[in-house]
Amino acid sequence: MDVNLNFIYGHLPYWLFIILMLSGLFIVVSRGNLIKKIVGLNIFQTSVFMFYISIGKMKGGTAPILLDKSADNSAVIYSNPLPHVLILTAIVVGIATTALGLALIIKIREEYDTVEEDDIQKMDQKDLKKYNKKNVLETNS
Amino acid sequence: MKHHLILKVITKFMVGVIVLFGLYVQFHGDYSPGGGFQAGVIIAAAFILYGIVMGLENVQKVMPIWFAQKAAAVGVLVYALTGVFSIIFGFEFLNYHAISPEHPKHGQHYGIILVELGVGITVTFVMIAIYYSFAGRTPRLDDKEW
Amino acid sequence: MASEIKQGTLELVNHLPILQVITPMLIAPILVVLNNKTLSWLLSFLGALACLAISILLIQAVSDGSILTYYLGGWVPPIGIEYRIDAANAILLFLISIISAIVLIFSYSSLHAEIPEEKHTLFYSCFLLCLTGLLGVVATADIFNVFVFLEISSLSTYVLVAQGAYLDRRALSASFNYLIMGTIGATFFVIGIGYIYMATGSLNMMDIAERVNQLSDNRTIQAGFAFIVVGMGLKLAMVPLHVWLPNAYTFAPTVVTCFLAATATKVALYVLIRFVFSVFNYEDNFVNELFFLLLMPLAVIAMIAASVIAIFKQNLKKLLAYSSLAQIGYMLLGLSLMNQKGLASSLVHMVNHGFTKAALFMSLGAFMLKTKNAYIKSLRGLGKSMPFTSAAFVIGGLSLIGVPGTAGFISKWLLLEAALETGYWLVAILIIASSLFAVIYIWKIIEVLYFSESSESYNEVSVLTLMPMWILALFCIFLGINTSLTVDVANMATEILFK
Repeated sequence: MDVNLNFIYGHLPYWLFIILMLSGLFIVVSRGNLIKKIVGLNIFQTSVFMFYISIGKMKGGTAPILLDKSADNSAVIYSNPLPHVLILTAIVVGIATTALGLALIIKIREEYDTVEEDDIQKMDQKDLKKYNKKNVLETNS
Repeated sequence: MKHHLILKVITKFMVGVIVLFGLYVQFHGDYSPGGGFQAGVIIAAAFILYGIVMGLENVQKVMPIWFAQKAAAVGVLVYALTGVFSIIFGFEFLNYHAISPEHPKHGQHYGIILVELGVGITVTFVMIAIYYSFAGRTPRLDDKEW
Repeated sequence: MASEIKQGTLELVNHLPILQVITPMLIAPILVVLNNKTLSWLLSFLGALACLAISILLIQAVSDGSILTYYLGGWVPPIGIEYRIDAANAILLFLISIISAIVLIFSYSSLHAEIPEEKHTLFYSCFLLCLTGLLGVVATADIFNVFVFLEISSLSTYVLVAQGAYLDRRALSASFNYLIMGTIGATFFVIGIGYIYMATGSLNMMDIAERVNQLSDNRTIQAGFAFIVVGMGLKLAMVPLHVWLPNAYTFAPTVVTCFLAATATKVALYVLIRFVFSVFNYEDNFVNELFFLLLMPLAVIAMIAASVIAIFKQNLKKLLAYSSLAQIGYMLLGLSLMNQKGLASSLVHMVNHGFTKAALFMSLGAFMLKTKNAYIKSLRGLGKSMPFTSAAFVIGGLSLIGVPGTAGFISKWLLLEAALETGYWLVAILIIASSLFAVIYIWKIIEVLYFSESSESYNEVSVLTLMPMWILALFCIFLGINTSLTVDVANMATEILFK
């Protein structure tokens, strides 16, 4: 029991990351509302950002900035800045994705007058039947 | 127009300060935390605040839609042309040594400032353009509906 | 960076790897600033031609087995970002550049039928960004850079697919689904990169490869690999993860469908190949088992099931989209055989199928310019009234089936040989069965084109529309007769990958 608790506590950031990631994915899959899907996608992406930041963290590490140039800095422990840089890029990509997704939702709402996936699918089915019917009529004539 | 007087006065005061702070973050970015992304978002926030409080038409008088679109493209061009500048002078793409071959350290400074300027311009105007394209579509609330 | 360098020493020739990627990236913002419809077409076409010229120079440079490297910003890897061109990516750079140039010729005469005039500038700008992304994914040797370029291309792809909404609103929901699936795939890919970075502390492919060899059977790396396979599986439409593809291809404008069908999924597959061979250890038990137990069955299912579904589709764009799924199955199968011949067949099939599918979608697009819909019934008797378009479609169809003398035959033959050499008799039989299904659905269209009465007659499309289509059709034949460009380069690429 002791070992298990240590295992759980020692990997705390990973547990958080996994919980966030799975709840984000679950929202994307289970919700029919398109905006909720985008929210789920954002949670999913944020979990990955957290994961990256957590792997860059050193115990007792400071920000990776040279404070005193004259002093000997070889013994200073600092966090790895590279994951932060990578995640800055990933955040920008995430913003672009969110903006594009919301723009598509606005367009969908203008065309379909709903943002529920089920309703959209029903209307698409109707469209399809209409097209098929037209096509069959053309064949017979 | 009599409503929200406090909001309007405070906004007029804040916009200048926000833009100034954005410019500080932009140009001090190579010494301290900051840079193009952060500065761009801050400056865009000033315009968006103005748009929210004063109305979309008013902010679009200051910052027309076509200008936001084109300026976003110009920012990308600034970034890319900095890289092409290095290529023309026989260095690798985005190698800042090309800017000042005698003093590589100065070259690094100038290069970072140029590139961050490109990033800042793009982020500012992309954010404003996103705000315009979203805000311009929904029916705006009347004063009564607040 | 050595500080004594005072003068730049690089010639323009040394810059080819980066010029390949930044040429379209430079032109895209210029188009937005100029905002002129004709000029933007001309500039993007010239940009695509420049890309094509650069990619031909690159193929020449690497055709003796050498590898070109380029350090971005002068930072030496593993710290800096490295671009690395060898035979495997030179051939894909060529494919992407030439398809984009040909597709742009086609768009000059067809785009106005699908997208309102005032959107053309932004469309071309987006197209060039997509091109930048695809070229960048292929050229770079830094795994995070792969993700960034992949998202550049994907984001512009979502926009391009949504442009089909001017004709059919279902393009919007297709694009939205693609966005959700594509972003999940990309995020899985980033998680995979995170695991690799965690275990190795590096982002450069060559550097990681060295460190992975020392860490055999490391759980973290295996988890990272699994995430990357799933993420790329979403992007390349591996069979259970393919649901975005048929709708996205069906409702996108023809120009976009042409370009995507020929390049986008191939680039994702290339990333998978690059990761298996240049980043991970392909002799590793875990990698081999994953490919044998998971990817090979999925590839075979894709080959058979997608072909069968394609037979029953009335909408020809959807039919060709399902046939693309089947062809992706062939490529994945070649990869999952995990031997040199299989990989070579996979690479050759990427190029051959790129030209074939582009020719098919483009001639279908030419039909649609006249008939205004993609249903099979509307093609009745067009073999007589539109003979050149129909002939191009037939050549593409024959190449898709794999008739001797066309490009499709070469790659399918290589794949068959590879399967038989490995001893998978059942797989070989299934490859042939899938080709037979292809015969059925292509014949179904040819029958309607040539052997049924036409209710309406249309004029042949203009020469400018015919030209790109016939360039592609002639490539289908040329690559079936002269295999030096594809098979030899692919063999060299596999030797580099299997080193």
